[in-house]
Amino acid sequence: MSFFTIDKKNFPPFLDNVIKAMDVVGVKEKIPGKFEYAPLEDSSELCLDYDVTILPPKKYLLPTRESLVKFTRGENTGCEAVFDGKPLAIVGVHPYDIKAISQLDRIFADQNPDEHYAKRRKDKIIIGSDVKRPYRFAFCGSMKSALVEYGYDLLLTDIGDRYVLAVGTKKGAELLAAHAEYRAATEEEISRRSAIRKSIVASYNENTVLAAYEELPELLAGEAGKGLFDELAEKCLSCGSCNLVCPTCYCFDVRDEVSLNLVEGERFRKWDGCLLDGFALVATGENFREDRADRIKHRLSRKGRYIYEKYGEHGCVGCGRCASACLPDIANPVEIFNRLKEGVR
Amino acid sequence: MTTKGLVQRDFQRDEGSIYLPQLARIVRTEQLTAMEKLFEIQLSGARELGHQPGQFVEVSLFGIGEAPISISSSPTRKGSFELAVRAVGNVTRALHRLEAGATVGIRGPFGKGFPVEGMKGKDILFVAGGIGLVPLRSLINYVLDRREDFGRMIVFFGAKTPAEQLFSGELAKWRVSGDMEYLETVDRADESWRGNIGVITTLFPKITVNPMRTVAVIVGPPVMYRFAILEAQVKGIPYDQIIVSLERRMKCGVGKCGHCQMGDIYVCQEGPVFTYATIKDLKEAI
Repeated sequence: MSFFTIDKKNFPPFLDNVIKAMDVVGVKEKIPGKFEYAPLEDSSELCLDYDVTILPPKKYLLPTRESLVKFTRGENTGCEAVFDGKPLAIVGVHPYDIKAISQLDRIFADQNPDEHYAKRRKDKIIIGSDVKRPYRFAFCGSMKSALVEYGYDLLLTDIGDRYVLAVGTKKGAELLAAHAEYRAATEEEISRRSAIRKSIVASYNENTVLAAYEELPELLAGEAGKGLFDELAEKCLSCGSCNLVCPTCYCFDVRDEVSLNLVEGERFRKWDGCLLDGFALVATGENFREDRADRIKHRLSRKGRYIYEKYGEHGCVGCGRCASACLPDIANPVEIFNRLKEGVR
Repeated sequence: MTTKGLVQRDFQRDEGSIYLPQLARIVRTEQLTAMEKLFEIQLSGARELGHQPGQFVEVSLFGIGEAPISISSSPTRKGSFELAVRAVGNVTRALHRLEAGATVGIRGPFGKGFPVEGMKGKDILFVAGGIGLVPLRSLINYVLDRREDFGRMIVFFGAKTPAEQLFSGELAKWRVSGDMEYLETVDRADESWRGNIGVITTLFPKITVNPMRTVAVIVGPPVMYRFAILEAQVKGIPYDQIIVSLERRMKCGVGKCGHCQMGDIYVCQEGPVFTYATIKDLKEAI
């Protein structure tokens, strides 16, 4: 890995150059204290001193609605695949979201590679930023996502009057070379970076999962936690907000839409959520996960067991978004994991 | 299969879309019952589907959507394949309005079919409840076409009423066939019915099997499995020789969309066919 340094006064010109060259989205303050990823027209709009964004940057890789197939009905029935892969730089991505993107990359490439995802992903540039202000609900320390060492093209760490830039890919190096005034980082700067990153990890010590990372699958195995999930189900609204804000939820529904001429149309996918009551419903009326407690447990199992068993890392990255999005305040994985842990003591 | 470990992905491949159907033509239809209709389908360019008994396809009607449908014909019968479809949802109801000559989209075949290689030389007890006969028919005809490869062939078929019996032409042949022992029942009889009355489990006491060399293949509505599996166990058939095919909401068919997930298993990938040994401890399975 190579490290470079860019003085803070030289960062806005760098970003403005990138904005001139390509589409750029980044973290912006939407309303006081609430942040979102949105298109950047000027470097001054970027806010790196944020806790969490409302939605993760997943929306640029797996859009809320994405066309898959265009078709023609009637006499000339036919269909063709639709791909969309515009270059886009995503700026200010926190490590837990970078980790989530790496996981999506892997899942969509696995077994039956999804070319719609792959083509959309290919020309995205991820400019990450180490966390400057931990989110109160985040528990990244417990989910091994406070820091990442891969998954980004460039990663910024604020060391005071300058940023140290870790270059993750050739794409990142080229972007820097083309648009920035920078220099190789000194030993001293690299060790300041390390110290700051250590303190980021420590900043998550307040909100932690009591169980070890490797222990979570066991806590969710079999009938474990039945009483707890029944209790949560009493309050759950089945609204799917926890799914909606999750950076690693990728389940989708597929629908057709016909244009007004009734001849052309498109098949698209849109986000779906396993907490919604019709998620496992089939046409004959059988609902294979009708019980709300089962749906809550399914979501937690996807976050703390199934993905881990398949890929060796958890589906939860500890961003804390579900904990704040949940209206009846029952979705916080830290509380659920900790109660499961207490239950098995 | 996947390997554990952290790998960065290469997005330079250039392959087609896993969601793009191929065009196919309906070459024949037949109304089987008031609710079910048979469609014989040919892929364009007369390509073979290349399926295994027990697999399914996603059938597309552009503008309406896709539905997962079990393949009902045996791959030993080439040139086309058959789907028997109950009109219950948007896609299947619209499909029922189509006749020979219409174009549909097909993706697949998907999933794991019946383990036919492992069943060779064994006695096979087929247990079909209602529409469960649709996927099971692909295996029954496969075994009939390679009869010498298999041992005894016992077929149980249960329907709600005589009018709801699928494939009545084939059933008439099976009743008198020397290749199989065919037993049938209906939950509710009409005036014409002279046969057994009762749910499908009432057929089990009528036969004896050699449990160690028998494979029971059970396909039916979700409610049937618990009881039919129990009867197979009572016969002494080992768990890994009890085979089921499970219905789920297979929206994408390629292990991505999440709707068919049963515990950590994507039914569209690792199923729909499972041995009872594989799923008996999975809470969401049966």
